[in-house]
Amino acid sequence: MKYALFEGCNIPARVKQYADATKAVFNKLDIELVELAEFNCCGYPVRNIDQRAFILSAAKNLALAETAGLELMAMCKCCYGSLKKAEYALNSDPALNKDINDILSKEKLRYEGHVRISHLLTVLHGDVGLEALKPLILKTYNGLQIAVSYGCHALRPSKVTGFDDPVAPTLFDELVEITGAYSVDWSRKKDCCGAPLTGVNDSLAMDMALNKINSARQAGAQYLCTACPYTHLQFDWVQNEMAARPGGWEPLAAILYPQLLGLSMGIGAQTLGLSENRLGLADITSYLIAE
Amino acid sequence: MIPAGVCLPMFNYLFYSALIIFLLGLIFKISKWFTIKFGDAGQNFTALQRLTSAARGIARIVFSLKLLLVLKALLVDVLLQARVFKEDGLRWLAHMLIFYGFMLLLIMHALDSEITAVLFSDYYPTVNPFFFLRDLFGTMVLAGVGIAIFRRYLSKPRRLRTGPRDHYAIFILAVIMLSGIGLLGLKITSANEFKIMVEDYAGLDDEEEIQALEAAWVKDFGLVSPDTQPPFDEDLLSAGREVHQSSCLDCHASAQWAFAGYATAKIIKPIAIWLDQVGGTTILWYIHFIACFAGLAYLPFSKMFHIISTPLSLIANRVMDPGHSAPANVLTRQIMELDACTHCGSCSLNCSAGMIYEAIGNEYILPSEKMACLKKMVAGKQLNPGQIKAIQEGVYLCTNCDRCTVHCPSGIRLKELWYTVREELIAGGSPQSSVLTPFSFARGLTVKAKLKAHDYDLPLAKARQAVAGRFSDLMKADDAIPLNAHPSSAGRPVLKDATFSRCFSCQSCTSVCPVVGNYEQPEDTLGLLPHQIMCCLGLGLTEMARGAQMIWDCLTCYQCQENCPQQVEVCDLLYDLKNYAVSQSECRKSNFE
Repeated sequence: MKYALFEGCNIPARVKQYADATKAVFNKLDIELVELAEFNCCGYPVRNIDQRAFILSAAKNLALAETAGLELMAMCKCCYGSLKKAEYALNSDPALNKDINDILSKEKLRYEGHVRISHLLTVLHGDVGLEALKPLILKTYNGLQIAVSYGCHALRPSKVTGFDDPVAPTLFDELVEITGAYSVDWSRKKDCCGAPLTGVNDSLAMDMALNKINSARQAGAQYLCTACPYTHLQFDWVQNEMAARPGGWEPLAAILYPQLLGLSMGIGAQTLGLSENRLGLADITSYLIAE
Repeated sequence: MIPAGVCLPMFNYLFYSALIIFLLGLIFKISKWFTIKFGDAGQNFTALQRLTSAARGIARIVFSLKLLLVLKALLVDVLLQARVFKEDGLRWLAHMLIFYGFMLLLIMHALDSEITAVLFSDYYPTVNPFFFLRDLFGTMVLAGVGIAIFRRYLSKPRRLRTGPRDHYAIFILAVIMLSGIGLLGLKITSANEFKIMVEDYAGLDDEEEIQALEAAWVKDFGLVSPDTQPPFDEDLLSAGREVHQSSCLDCHASAQWAFAGYATAKIIKPIAIWLDQVGGTTILWYIHFIACFAGLAYLPFSKMFHIISTPLSLIANRVMDPGHSAPANVLTRQIMELDACTHCGSCSLNCSAGMIYEAIGNEYILPSEKMACLKKMVAGKQLNPGQIKAIQEGVYLCTNCDRCTVHCPSGIRLKELWYTVREELIAGGSPQSSVLTPFSFARGLTVKAKLKAHDYDLPLAKARQAVAGRFSDLMKADDAIPLNAHPSSAGRPVLKDATFSRCFSCQSCTSVCPVVGNYEQPEDTLGLLPHQIMCCLGLGLTEMARGAQMIWDCLTCYQCQENCPQQVEVCDLLYDLKNYAVSQSECRKSNFE
């Protein structure tokens, strides 16, 4: 198996450990991740103001992966959602398709509509499969309770994203549970983390994040688990900053899924970039016991 | 060597004028690094503070292990140009050819009486290896310039911009090298040069010997003589070759060693006599020297200034820790970085927002063009209103991915530069709708803490007001709803997705919306709720719908759309409305239309 790894803009600049951990895990799985240097922004940030610029930006990435003959694996839920939305729009609107392909032709590219778009989690759950992952788990977490955050842009609109059941998703829970950790049932696991409005309406964004974190805490979670750089930054950086404020917020640390999985596969904490998360994760290894 | 007929005092006059302009230019440009104020932090330091801060910083480096980093930067980044190599092997080759060719010519040829003659007591420009090397170095520079011309004018990668400064750099190098090699070619063919050389160096009196020598040079070394023309008698040739052996060979390598000059001689052969008679040698000599002097005098003001500023930027990139450097030094470095930019285009070729540029057409989205604009701004040049609008928009349509910084061969921290000027740019002038998008994510995460609350909120408030249009007028409780609210008499604007027409007002969208759920009195904050917006659209009140704060507070979580029993694409309609609101507002309307 081989994928074109789509890191997007946030990961290389701010959540490098997410890419490092993913590469380490895929190395164990013996799956090649190809990095296409010409990949650019998925178009997500420009959607609010210019849909055409969004679709064009996304389409270039799709065309690049298609030309390379690779499936595209996004790591960010917003990148994933945007690329899927662009795919949907391009495949259902011939006029738009033509307009975009005309511009792409100046880049000597063409989008035909054949590229398969996946997310890290759907690759692990669907393409690799839980049964293939299980033998690679060398240590399991004992008594660890995890709250998984599904991510709006992966889950919805389900007609477009096809990520999982939008009402009762299980994919992420199952991926966590093969590590021995318990995935808690919590009311806000499918809710928005607030990231789309960070920098735009910070108090609303913060309310969303805190509602979510409180819900996870009430459900007994010891850690949040994410597979999206936006959600990760929203939990990790924003909580870290809040904890430093007078009056103090008791943070609930977030771990990136490939970090959680990597530890149970026996990959070193340093390789997985655990110390690059702002909220400490050192304690999580104490839950690990050898199989 | 100065040919006969050249006025020596004038030569000296031109040279020293060029040198003085160069030195004054250098002082002027470097003084700007400490005097130009830039961004908010810039206002707090005097030039003296910045100078002492820089001196202190340099002293700290020189007397610490960081000195090793300086040496590493000099070796890896400056001499081997590893960062250029990482970008593109061909560009690296071109730059190495130009850099080493030019530097070696400067040392061995231009400064021969100061350097080469001192190092090598037997130096003479006409003996090998110097005779051959001069030609080789010149050819290296020309080959490099050739690759640059190919890249900039023929292969033209998309989003690589070539401006006047780039044209000039290529032009001046090409003129200096072509005139130099051309001069040599002309000298090889020149009968006048031959005569002077014989008189000055060969010490021959016998006319027959001179004639034999001339024949041998015509036959063997590319000389073109009006008097002595082939075919030659074999005896004459062998006599001439003997004279050559005894009188010339010790001080003059065969003309073929200067391969490029010799090739030029062969090419101009048919017109060589004419060229010699009209004083072509002197003319080319003037062109060569005037180009060199002009290049020297203009260097501090041209792209060529990068030979001084870029190595400094590369060293700063290795030794300066952005988190811990003194703010005064960061500022000084940023001004220097503007001079270190060679407009090579690496940033723009790798920019994540490249396709956003293709769709919107604002050049200032491209980092290399933003740099060019910042250079103008700090130099105090007035931008026209269109350029100001464009830079305000361009500086914010950035995904903050850091790729420009990673790819810059000059080690410039471009993203930091954008951050330095961005606040000032978006605070003034027209509102920027892009602040109401996830482009603001990094600003909210990393910049907010450094700003005063008012400064942070101002661009957001301005943009919100601009996109809201006439919303508050339209919402006055005691007014009737004007059914012709849309400004266009052509009628209602049609949103592409008309799924709102299926809405039967069950309010599912509003009841699942986490934003609505966050407020006690949501209408007070949001203006209209999702189902009301769908209702507005159904009634054709697009103008009213597009002004509601709800659409900009939408988290785009798609709960509404997923839960709609009628499959109204609520969230996508809010996206359409946002695009529409922007297109109707002053944010984008006048920028590029």
